[in-house]
Amino acid sequence: MGKFWSLVFLSVPVLGVAVFVAAASWGYWFPQNVSAHGGQIDHLFMVILWLTGAVFLATEIVLAVSLWRFDGAKSPRARFSRGNMRIELGLAAVVGLLLVFITVYQLEDWAEAKIRQPDLPPTVEVNGRQFEWVMRYPGPNGELGDADDLFSPGDLHVPVDEDILVSLVSEDVLHSFYLPNLRIKQDAVPGMRIPVWFRATETGVFDLVCAELCGWGHYKMAGRLIVESRADYEAFLTRLEAEQNEDGFEEQQPTAANTSQRHPSVAEVVYRRAAR
Amino acid sequence: MTVAASPSPGAPLVDANSHHRGFLRRYIFSTDHKVIGLQFYFSTLIWFFVGGALALAVRWQLAWPWSEMPIVGRMLFAAEGGQISPEFYTMLVTMHATIMIFFVIIPILAGAFGNFLIPLMIGAEDMAFPTLNMFSYWFMWPAFACMTASFFVAGGAASAGWTSYPPLSVLHDAAPGSGPGQTLWLLGVVFIGIASMLGSLNYLTTIIQMRAPGMTMLRLPMTIWGLFITAILQAFALPVLTAASVMQLTDRLLGTGFYLSEAGGQPLLWQHLFWFYSHPAVYIMILPAMGMVSDIISCYARKPLFGYRPMVAAIIAIAGLGFIVWGHHMFMSGMNPAMGTTFMAATILIALPSAVKVFNWLGTLWGGRIEFTSAMLNALAFVSMFIIGGLSGIFMAATTVDIVIHDTYFIVGHLHYVLFGGSTFAVFAGTYHWFPKMFGRQMNEFWGKVHFLLTFLFFNGTFFTMHIIGMGGYPRRVAAATAYAEFARFEPLNVFMTICALGMGFTQLIFAANLFGSLIWGRRADRNPWRANTLEWTAPSPPPHGNFDFQPVAYRGPYEYSSPEVTADFYPQNQPPDAEPATAAAH
Ligand code: HEM
Ligand SMILES: [Cu+2]
Ligand SMILES: [Cu+2]
Repeated sequence: MGKFWSLVFLSVPVLGVAVFVAAASWGYWFPQNVSAHGGQIDHLFMVILWLTGAVFLATEIVLAVSLWRFDGAKSPRARFSRGNMRIELGLAAVVGLLLVFITVYQLEDWAEAKIRQPDLPPTVEVNGRQFEWVMRYPGPNGELGDADDLFSPGDLHVPVDEDILVSLVSEDVLHSFYLPNLRIKQDAVPGMRIPVWFRATETGVFDLVCAELCGWGHYKMAGRLIVESRADYEAFLTRLEAEQNEDGFEEQQPTAANTSQRHPSVAEVVYRRAAR
Repeated sequence: MTVAASPSPGAPLVDANSHHRGFLRRYIFSTDHKVIGLQFYFSTLIWFFVGGALALAVRWQLAWPWSEMPIVGRMLFAAEGGQISPEFYTMLVTMHATIMIFFVIIPILAGAFGNFLIPLMIGAEDMAFPTLNMFSYWFMWPAFACMTASFFVAGGAASAGWTSYPPLSVLHDAAPGSGPGQTLWLLGVVFIGIASMLGSLNYLTTIIQMRAPGMTMLRLPMTIWGLFITAILQAFALPVLTAASVMQLTDRLLGTGFYLSEAGGQPLLWQHLFWFYSHPAVYIMILPAMGMVSDIISCYARKPLFGYRPMVAAIIAIAGLGFIVWGHHMFMSGMNPAMGTTFMAATILIALPSAVKVFNWLGTLWGGRIEFTSAMLNALAFVSMFIIGGLSGIFMAATTVDIVIHDTYFIVGHLHYVLFGGSTFAVFAGTYHWFPKMFGRQMNEFWGKVHFLLTFLFFNGTFFTMHIIGMGGYPRRVAAATAYAEFARFEPLNVFMTICALGMGFTQLIFAANLFGSLIWGRRADRNPWRANTLEWTAPSPPPHGNFDFQPVAYRGPYEYSSPEVTADFYPQNQPPDAEPATAAAH
């Protein structure tokens, strides 16, 4: 039976590799990348995939070979050995080096993605709330956070080939601003304003996903990311402005000050609780 | 006390202490560690099937969204026409994970195997504090009651994820399950915490104080090392979770606002406190399993464990590092990204002792004389699957790569490779291995192997695929990803995973049938059916109250298989030098 079980365990590395090869050739791979930094993240993933893949194959094959060779039904007495410190330390050193390499190799990209915020005013504020994304663009004066801002739920419009700085907030519970095609993910946290930056390199319509469980409607908290030319983007803003002026919405537009008022006050929260 | 040689198998049970006790004291409110261990075992087994059923419902919805569930659908959700509603789905994923983690893996490893094995393997009569031990089991029941009741309260059971992140979990109207269901969830977690803390203090004291003569720390079997370090982790990390849960309770009930920004609190505070416990908790869920697997592999390879001291050192290193890596669950949370770098370094470092463990298991097999029993096959599966789970951990530990895979099915794949592929296969292995000691009978080997083979294949079919859709960005905890154009391509894989999951679920009925059937019809086992070295195998099967019918003494380490000093291929820990094992004649 040793041979049979050896083959069962050998199927793990064989099928493991086969699955990745098949996935790559049948289109079950990364989402299409349309961001400036995403290629680098995919590259890092592949570097780790190759390194861990080598360790995976080596260890799983040694396991299967041991089962084949040392089947108790045909082996004599087992070799008596309590271990070998030299091999142990040698392997640990190799693994240690690989791990240090992986850590150091991706530090720079992490800093680019999350630490070195580009020096520009926020392009748009994205506000997560159960169960939609609400975008707030600067109005005609070009400044975000004042009375002439433009609001629009659902679609996030951004100009192509420009650095975008999103100011991410949430007004109720946690959400996560996830753009699979731009390799972007960031939780939105009530009480925090978190910067997110990227540069889209292709025009088109892409998914804006909520990646943090936010309640029963989490599955449908979908938005769209619309990457368009500078001209189309500006046309969109003009259209939005016209719409907002038309329906007399102007007077009631929330200002920076009263946006934060939309969070329930402590008294309200306590009251709501007492009420049940 | 004189040292007796191990008596011949089948010697009459010496049950000096328990013959005068009534049924209630013997089997229900028992202070005997073995009875408590089995109480834990059977309670968690029931929850294993409940949690498994919830998982199948989750998979049903993912493969065939909003379609009527056959047979049980109409019974459970008559109002929705037999469909799973989105609120019910979030409750399912929450309660599946909660039950599997808090009611199955942690209590079956520490509670069931820990209780049963610690005194037997160290050569003690019982735990240091038998009554406390009894309470550690009975404190599980308020937790069981809370979680069970929560399914029937208004709004249903908790549905904020097993991680219970505020504000979703704190604001009563944030989700249907954030009503009384969430309060009961928190109470359940507090009770479970108390139960585990009582257990861990007892384990620590017992292992430190009650070892048999000659049983030095470095002669302890790895199972005991795993349980010992686990108890330390529980003793230090659990109070944090318990306090954090009480704070969430007061936020909900008294309006304290620790976790609400509008009340001066911080949602991220919960995440820090929760993961400060729950990262060590993932090691609580694997270190005892690693210990058991080490013992089982050495026994059926008939070869000493490769590198005993490095194995002990690796467990200690994993546990120590385990306390400073919790932030790897929070790379995308809004925590200072520079802190993410530190947590990444610590996390990647933890892969090193994990790698040492894998090499040593392989080293143990190499040159062995392998016996392919059901216990051994499941232990080998642990090694094979833990390799995958450990390696996928490296992707997520690399902060930059985690941007794309955090909160996707890649994480779900990772955690099931370590928790099902790792811990659960170890539980199966431990069951087949120690069943003869628990009940004095053997489990059926043929059905054991059928169960193993089917579980192994279906498991990989279900969970390996998750890495692929996770790479594709498929988000977790989403009732149906149909709102997103990007993920439509994965629908065929979802159906495939669900079919495998159903196969795996039904295969577990074979295990249950084998377990309960063997209780009645199993072949009788003598003291040491596997020709193993550790002390539990020198006690009668099953051991009487008080365990040993002689004073066990350890003369050597637990792994002297195929030692050149004796002709038999094992050399029990209690066998005086220059005597042949008494039970060797039986084989
Ligand atoms: C080499 C060792 C390991 C490494 C490097 C590692 C790394 C990680 C990382 C970085 C995450 C967070 C991923 C994310 O949310 O983006 C994670 C999640 C997780 N890990 Fe591991 N891990 C390892 C071993 C284990 C073990 C042994 C267990 C349990 C027995 C485990 C259980 C889990 C669980 C349950 C989660 C998901 C928690 C959740 O979000 O629900 N891991 N792991
Ligand atoms: Cu959401
Ligand atoms: Cu962790």
